[in-house]
Amino acid sequence: MTAVTQLRGSRELLSNLTMREVRGKYKRTALGQLWSLINPLAMMLIYTAVFGQVLKIQVPPGHPSGLKVFALWLICALLPWNFLNSAISGGMGALVGNANLIKKTYFPREVLVAATVFSWDITLLTEMGVLALVLVAFGGMPLPWLPLVVVFIALLTLFALGLGLALSVANVYFRDTQHFVGILMQLWFYATPIVYPITYVHDKAQHLKARGWDIHLEFIYRLNPMERFTAVFRNLMYDNRWPTLGDSLYCVGAAVISVAIGYWLFMRFEGRMAEEL
Amino acid sequence: MTDSAIVVDDVSKRFRLYHQRNQSIKAALMRGGRASYEEFWALRDVSFEVPVGARFGIMGTNGSGKSTLLKCIAKILRPDAGRISSTGKLSALLELGSGFHPELSGRENVYLNGSILGLSKRQLDARFDEIVEFAGVEQFIDQPVKNYSSGMYVRLGFSVAINVDPDILLVDEVLAVGDAAFQDKCMEKFAEFRRAGKTVVVVSHAMGTMRTLCDRVAWLERGNLVEVGRPDELIDRYIDEGHSSRVDAEGGSQWGSGEAVLSSVAFIDATGQPITKVRTGDEATIRLTYDAHERIDKPVFGLAIETLEGVYVWASNTRDADYVPDCIESSGTVEFHIPRLMLLPGTFDISASIVDYSTTHVYDFRRHCYRFDVDHGTPRESGGLVSLGGEWQNLRSTENT
Repeated sequence: MTAVTQLRGSRELLSNLTMREVRGKYKRTALGQLWSLINPLAMMLIYTAVFGQVLKIQVPPGHPSGLKVFALWLICALLPWNFLNSAISGGMGALVGNANLIKKTYFPREVLVAATVFSWDITLLTEMGVLALVLVAFGGMPLPWLPLVVVFIALLTLFALGLGLALSVANVYFRDTQHFVGILMQLWFYATPIVYPITYVHDKAQHLKARGWDIHLEFIYRLNPMERFTAVFRNLMYDNRWPTLGDSLYCVGAAVISVAIGYWLFMRFEGRMAEEL
Repeated sequence: MTDSAIVVDDVSKRFRLYHQRNQSIKAALMRGGRASYEEFWALRDVSFEVPVGARFGIMGTNGSGKSTLLKCIAKILRPDAGRISSTGKLSALLELGSGFHPELSGRENVYLNGSILGLSKRQLDARFDEIVEFAGVEQFIDQPVKNYSSGMYVRLGFSVAINVDPDILLVDEVLAVGDAAFQDKCMEKFAEFRRAGKTVVVVSHAMGTMRTLCDRVAWLERGNLVEVGRPDELIDRYIDEGHSSRVDAEGGSQWGSGEAVLSSVAFIDATGQPITKVRTGDEATIRLTYDAHERIDKPVFGLAIETLEGVYVWASNTRDADYVPDCIESSGTVEFHIPRLMLLPGTFDISASIVDYSTTHVYDFRRHCYRFDVDHGTPRESGGLVSLGGEWQNLRSTENT
């Protein structure tokens, strides 16, 4: 509870630091904040070309929305993933990047990590807003679901914040954390059904089972919280229906556990931070 | 004694000196654990209290742990043992402008840095003009701070920090920022602070600053607290014990055996108040205040003036001027009266000394202990260091008519 009150006390600082991140991100670029839309668009085009066209991945049509566009199906999960990726790598570097500040002034240091994570929220919210309009243009009806989308963005933020907090202190003590995490994130990306549907995993599991390998592949696979988040965001944005209760609860659980452990670790190692930096 | 603003209770701080730093997992794994390091106690069982409204000084040589202690009070470092508690809002002037983001404008940075220091947007709105005016960067406030000169950068940082309106101000040797005019403003601000009954903690090894600014000092040596007490006694003992020669923050220095010391050196006005600005051609007086701890026969007082660049402009002493008292025994003053100051506009440093009659034994020497500015006055001459007070005359043509 003290964490929450402390965070509230530094709300002003948090919002100022967040805006610093947002403004600083695309400073001195001609296109400015437009880059936050161009980047995912480019990724979407590349992945669509590779996975949709070349590898011809088949995706189930949205139900009940009736949408059947690979690029849109992809980006509904790609945007939350991009957020997680940027928030974790940004949050992880927040302490080392602000070493000067930490060594010379006192303020609740977790605010630095939180501000970086929240700055990517601004990006994600804009992107999701634009995506909703595009989906409407293609005949979907995501608008009534947007409040729920915001709720799950909040959960995803907590999830990312917990990881960011834990990794940011780890990065103070071991600078190769960031490189290591870079590789893990790639692995995690392909271990999550973002560029392919979960049915592929299901088919593979059946296939293995038929050959006598009953290793609960799908069960293990679905332990990944990002799999659940991906499913939920697709349900809301692409399919336009309620996410399953199981997925929703799993997301809540993952967010709470992540932020609790992350915060605990952060507080534990925060004391000697100024001298280790 | 009144309530305590800061209570330092049995505080120890240990640093790790790494032989080989592992900031890589590989190195950690290969060495089978954390890096090998030696422990070093920067502070050891330090306890004292700072009363509310005190101007508290922490003195000590380099490596005595005084900056570490200040950082512990500022909560930047966490002590390994003991507790530090403080009441009221705390603002630390450690490195000015350290929270600035180079790409953002001065205005954005004021808001950002202000909120790091704990001000709300509304409070910042109210103080914004004052902050900017104090720093003297009005014209540049919407420029990115990376285009600022280092002086502007520091001034703006100082201005934000001091306008936080803290109950406790921690200062680490940053009084030497900016030009003389800005320093005057800072001193004024500190005086204002004092009048408002706020607590100031200063870390310095400039003994002059300590003497004039503090009403209580703590003496640290190698992480241990030697004593807390009144500045005059403690500083004298500190100097007696051979800590008397070192370069201080202003680039000046002080040395001497300390039987008699100069406690202040200043230009004074007609009412005896110290001034740092005089005009060419003005009548001016330099007053030396001394403290003699024992009887000293035939002391010689000396004064010298140099420019900021170190050009030796002038010097005089009481022996050459044939003004030597038989002896001094306690404290007192001596003045050098200048009927017409013949320096042209510029900034100058004064050095002062007390030596014995042979001028070979130095009781106290203060290099660059006072800085003053000379402004335009009369006579108005075009350039250089000194006014010759002459006049142009006798224009006549030599051509025969």
